[in-house]
Formats: sequence, C-alpha cells, structure tokens
Amino acid sequence: MSAIQSPAQRVWWKQPLDRVEGTWIVIAFVWCMVMFFMMPYWHVYGKQNLSNEAYRSSPEAFLAKAQAMVDKHTVRTVTEQNIPVVHPVPGSDVYLVARLWQWWPVLELEEGQTYRLHIMSTDWLHGFSLQPENINIQVHPGYEHVVTMTPTKEGTYSIICNEYCGINHHTMASKLYVVKPKKS
Amino acid sequence: MAVNRNFRTCPSTGLVYHEPAEKLIRWNAVAGVVSLLVGGILALLVTLTRWPAVKLLPPDWFYLVLTAHGLDMLVFWIIFFEIAVLYFAASTLLKCRLATPRVAWVAFWLMIIGAITNNIAVFKGDSSVMFTSYVPMGAHPLFYLGLILFAVGALVACFVFFGTLVVGKAEKTYNGSIPLVTFGAVTAAIIAVFTIAAGAIILIPTFLWSVGLVSHIDSLMYRTVWWAFGHSSQQINVAAHVSVWYAIAAIVFGAKPMSEKVSRGAFVLYILFLQLASAHHLLADPGLTSNWKIFNTSYAMYLAVLASMVHGLTVPGAIEVAQREKGFNKGLFEWLRKAPWGNPCFSGMFMSLVGFGFLGGISGVMMGTEQLNLIIHNTIYVPGHFHATVVVGTTLAFMALTYFLIPTLFRRELMFPGMAKWQTYIYGLGMMGFSVFMMGAGTLGVPRRHWDMAFSGAALPHEFPGTAYLMMGLMAVSGVLAVVGGGMYLLNTVGSVFFGKKIQTPGFVRVPIKEGMAPAPVPAAVAPAGHGTIGIGGFVAPGTFVLAMVFLTSFVLYYFVNWKYLSTVWPLK
Repeated sequence: MSAIQSPAQRVWWKQPLDRVEGTWIVIAFVWCMVMFFMMPYWHVYGKQNLSNEAYRSSPEAFLAKAQAMVDKHTVRTVTEQNIPVVHPVPGSDVYLVARLWQWWPVLELEEGQTYRLHIMSTDWLHGFSLQPENINIQVHPGYEHVVTMTPTKEGTYSIICNEYCGINHHTMASKLYVVKPKKS
Repeated sequence: MAVNRNFRTCPSTGLVYHEPAEKLIRWNAVAGVVSLLVGGILALLVTLTRWPAVKLLPPDWFYLVLTAHGLDMLVFWIIFFEIAVLYFAASTLLKCRLATPRVAWVAFWLMIIGAITNNIAVFKGDSSVMFTSYVPMGAHPLFYLGLILFAVGALVACFVFFGTLVVGKAEKTYNGSIPLVTFGAVTAAIIAVFTIAAGAIILIPTFLWSVGLVSHIDSLMYRTVWWAFGHSSQQINVAAHVSVWYAIAAIVFGAKPMSEKVSRGAFVLYILFLQLASAHHLLADPGLTSNWKIFNTSYAMYLAVLASMVHGLTVPGAIEVAQREKGFNKGLFEWLRKAPWGNPCFSGMFMSLVGFGFLGGISGVMMGTEQLNLIIHNTIYVPGHFHATVVVGTTLAFMALTYFLIPTLFRRELMFPGMAKWQTYIYGLGMMGFSVFMMGAGTLGVPRRHWDMAFSGAALPHEFPGTAYLMMGLMAVSGVLAVVGGGMYLLNTVGSVFFGKKIQTPGFVRVPIKEGMAPAPVPAAVAPAGHGTIGIGGFVAPGTFVLAMVFLTSFVLYYFVNWKYLSTVWPLK
C-alpha cells in the first residue's frame, strides 16, 4: 500500500525494520549524540563561550555607569560629533551603550588583556556585531549583559548593529581600537 | 440540515473528492497562490535593494517591503496552502466527507480578513517592524489584530481537519490505520495547535500594549514566547512538506514507505521534540543560562534532527525500492538516472528534498549549536539558511504538488507543460544559489535586515571586504533567477486554473454516498512480504544509503570546520 493509502496491516508498528533504515538510524543517532556532547565539551575545553552573567538594569543606571567611565578614562574624541574614545584599565569593567542609532562611547582596548564588557540597550533591541571577527550578540533593553572578552590582535575593528532598529539602522556603526599594551 | 454527501471520482487518479471539500481546497490553494504573487513581487524589490550595485528602494520602503514580504510568504502563502493540504489529506485520502464545511468557510474568511488587515497595516507605512515585530518597537494595532484573526481562522481550520478524521473513523470510510501522508498531516496539525496557542499568548498582550492597555512587555520574554510561535510554525511546514514528499513519491512511483513504523515514528519525534528547537533563536541573548540553551537547542538531544535525517533516507529509499521493483535494479543509481526528470512533480520534490537536507538542514543544525551561533547570529547567513528550508524545502514541494493538483483537483490541463518542466529547475537552482551566497556573505559578517552594507551616513562606517560585495551581487542575480522561476509557476498555475483547457469526463456525475465507502476489511497477511531479490548485499536501497553517507560526510566536515573557525575568534567567557 502506498503512502496515500492505509497501510496493509492494521497493526503497522509490528512491521519489521528495514536493514537500510536500521543501519541509518543507528549512525544518525550516534552523530546526534556527538553534536550534543560538543556543546558541554566546549564549555570545559573551548575558549569561546557566551557569558551567562546578566543583570536587570535601567537606562538611567546604566548610562550613569558609562558616563563615570567616560569621565575618567577618555583619551581623545573622534568625528565631528566628538564621540569620546575611552581607554579603560585592563581587567576593569567597561560599558558600551547601544541606542538609536549609536554605540557609545568608542572603546580602545589593549591586546591580550581581558575586559568585562557590559552591554545594554537603552531603547529598542540592537545587535552587537564585531567585525571582521564576526562575534554577534543580542542586546536587550533592561538586561545588562557582562561579557568577558580578550582582544587577541591589535587593529581597528568595527561594531555594527545587526538587529533591525528602525530607519537609520544602517548608520549605527562604531569602532573598537585594539592597541599594544602601554609600557609602564 | 442535510449533510452534503456528494463525491466525485477523478478518472485519471482514482482520487475521491467530496464536493464541499473540493471547493475549500481550491479556494485555500488559490488564496495561497495570490499571497505568493504579492510576496514574490516584494521579493524582487528586496533582492534588488540588497544588490549593492542596484540599491533600488529608499530605506523606509525597503523595511516596509521586507516586512510585507516575510508575512505574505512565510505566513499567508504557506499556511493557506497548508490548510488545502490538510483538507486534501483528510477528506480526499480518507474518502471521507469534510466535517462542518460551513465552519471551514468561516475559518477561510477569517484568514482572508486577517491577511488583508495585516497587509493594510504594513502598507500604511507605520508597521515596518519586520516579520518578528520585536517589542519595544511597536506596530499599528491592526498589524497584530490581522495576525490574530488569521491565526484564529487557521486554528478553526485545524479543528475542521481533526473533525474530518473523526467522521472518517465513525463512518468507516477506510480500513485500519490512516495513510502515512494523513499521519504526517496530523503531525502538522498538532504542531499547528501548539504554535497558534503560543502565538496567541504573545500577540494578544502585544496587541493590548499597542492600544495602550498594557504598559510594558519585556523584550526577552517576547522573544522567548514569540519564537515558540515563529519557529514552531516552521515545523508545521517541515511536517507538511515531508508529507508532500511521501505523497509525491506515492503518486509518481506508487512508492510504499520502506516501513510504516520508521516513517511514523519519525513524525512522532517531530511532535515530541520540535517545539523545543525554538530556543536556538535565543542563543546569543543575555539572561538565559547555558544549561537551558543546550538542553533546548539540542532539541532534547537532537531527536528531531534524527527524525529529519530518517525522512531524508526513507523518502528516496521508498522511491528506490519502487523503481528497483519496476526493473531499474542495475548498479547503485540506475533507479535515479531513469527517474522521470521531465516531470515537474518529481523534479521539484527531489530538489526540495536535496536542498532542504544539504543546505537547510546542515546550516540549521550548525547555527543551532550554542557556541557556533556566536559567529552567525543575525548575519545574512540566517535568511540564507531559512530560504533553503522554507523556500527550497516547503515552497518548492508545494509547487511540485500543484502540478499534480491542477489536473486532478481543478480539472484543467496545464497551459504551458513545456514551461512547467523547466520551472522547477530554474526556481530550485536560483533559490539554492540565493541561499548559498547569502550564507557566504553571512560568514563574512554582512548583517540581515539591513538597508546599506556600505553604511552611508554613518559617522564611523565599517568597510566590508570586496568578497562580501561579490557574494551579495551573486545572491541578487540568483534571487532574480528564482523570481523568474516563481513567475513561471504563477503564470502557469493562474493561467491553467482560469483559462486552461477543461478536462471533460463523459457522463460525469457526483455520486451521493450515504454511509462509509471502505471495502470489507481484508485480513492482514500472516507474514509481511519481503522486497524479493532487489538491491545489493541485503540492502534494498543501496543507492539511497550511499547518498545518505555523502550527506553525513558533508555534515560532519562542515560542522567541524565551523568549530575550527570559532576557535580562532577572540576568547569570550
């Protein structure tokens, strides 16, 4: 009986398994298990895992923390809008505000140093997309996400927004500078 | 009120159509094709805007058109057609009258009103919030209201489908168990009920929020619940198009399932595990733990992926067995070489199967892995993936089925049979290219839902490499090719249904049937018959098995290449 007719046997689950199918099910199942175990494996042995650390916050509280960092560690400004470039202390907490249609402030980090990067939106959803590394993280309003990040190579990187956030979505782009550690 | 029990038997296929069901299947299919027409025009506009060398529309129009394209294609085209498939799988395949045709018409008109309302909201210009309508970005209340009305209509239609199963059982219109294709349709309908319930849970509060009755909707809660609706609706498509594959294999080759147990068991796995998969949309979100992400995205240990891998083997396997039994038993691939490649019903279905597995399946599992998601989340890789699953997989399978439905359901000859032969190839290959180049651009970081990859007007723009621009150009060329293929389908379908030559059957009458139509039950064979002497080395479908191993090898390689790539990006904790 074909697939558009009732099966020949009423009790279809007693029909024996075909050998091709049986073999394939075993192989496919083993592969599915491998894929499942890769995720916990990478949490233990891999270096790229998205942080689970997040806090509820408000736009005012988050902006205040970012402002405090900007006041203390701004080294210069860029563009005609005088966007501050911040060079925070290695290992410290760094704040990045996502808002319509800007990443604020611009960050300058040191190669090989580890930072606790706090990201939050103060309005709509945004998408943190670091190029050309291609690291992509969803940014929510009200959720302060703390990502521990270690830049590996000096250079000028871009942060673009890859969650649709309205008419000027395509202008929401910024830079992230990675420099050699200062000799002190 | 008398129940309409008039049936007709299709002289060429032997299928039995209940009069009211036939009309409903036709109208739902037509509404689907009209949505496809609108969505297709919008698709062309989207493609031409994302083609860096053309950049057709200004940003406001681009986002408007992209929103409407997503809704008209992913919701209205596919669900209207799926309702037609559900009625076909219940009423026609069970030779059973459709339960409560009047209610089914109410469902149809609710869906029509919902679809039109939603489109009006989008084209008014204040609801360019994309298919996903993430809060706190708000749309016009009519946007949500239209979706809710449509969903209610679809839910009612699902219950008409379930009612028809009950009628078939009660009036004994078939013997024993329901056919496999109907079983698959039941799977789709069960998932649909879950999906629509999730949709109601999130869209009703969002509607109330849009009119000011609810003050705040949490963005993470919205994304979590919305994807239980948004992703599960794609699982309805998977269950539906897998059923269509089985149906076409049965129609074209008379193929029987290799074993009913395996194919049905795989459908049951869909019901049990697919819904959890929606969590893979949240892998890059804050506020959820890794344990939660891993458990859910491994689809409860990948059991639903297993189900798709099983269908991917059993559908071509059933075809191979049927072909070998017909005498195409030489070597590994004679059965495939001698398949009717000029029949669009088969070629469309086979490309749908291959494209869904190799492009959609592998990419989907890769990006559904917690850590790997970091390197593709929200890039244009994502639409690349789902155009391979939903368009190459679902839409192409539905197109293939249409070529069968036009003569049997609409009783018309195809207007351009020569064009139909080419259509599935042009559309299928165009769409596969479109998906592959999107994925290519996505691995280079090009964002999705983005008007300008050159960031014009930005204070600190990013410069994508030349390869990314090349990928986007190739994507657009393939997209235009697919639009041409889609246009050929629409021309042929609409032309045939309205102006095609009528197939006249001499002495045609509808036969009123009072009670059940099933022949007296035959006692089942004592031992199930084997497949005889076909195949190689005890394998009845060795060719399919070899193809499956090719698939597995590509899967494993691609999967680990991405881990390798991940290991080179900045360490994150």
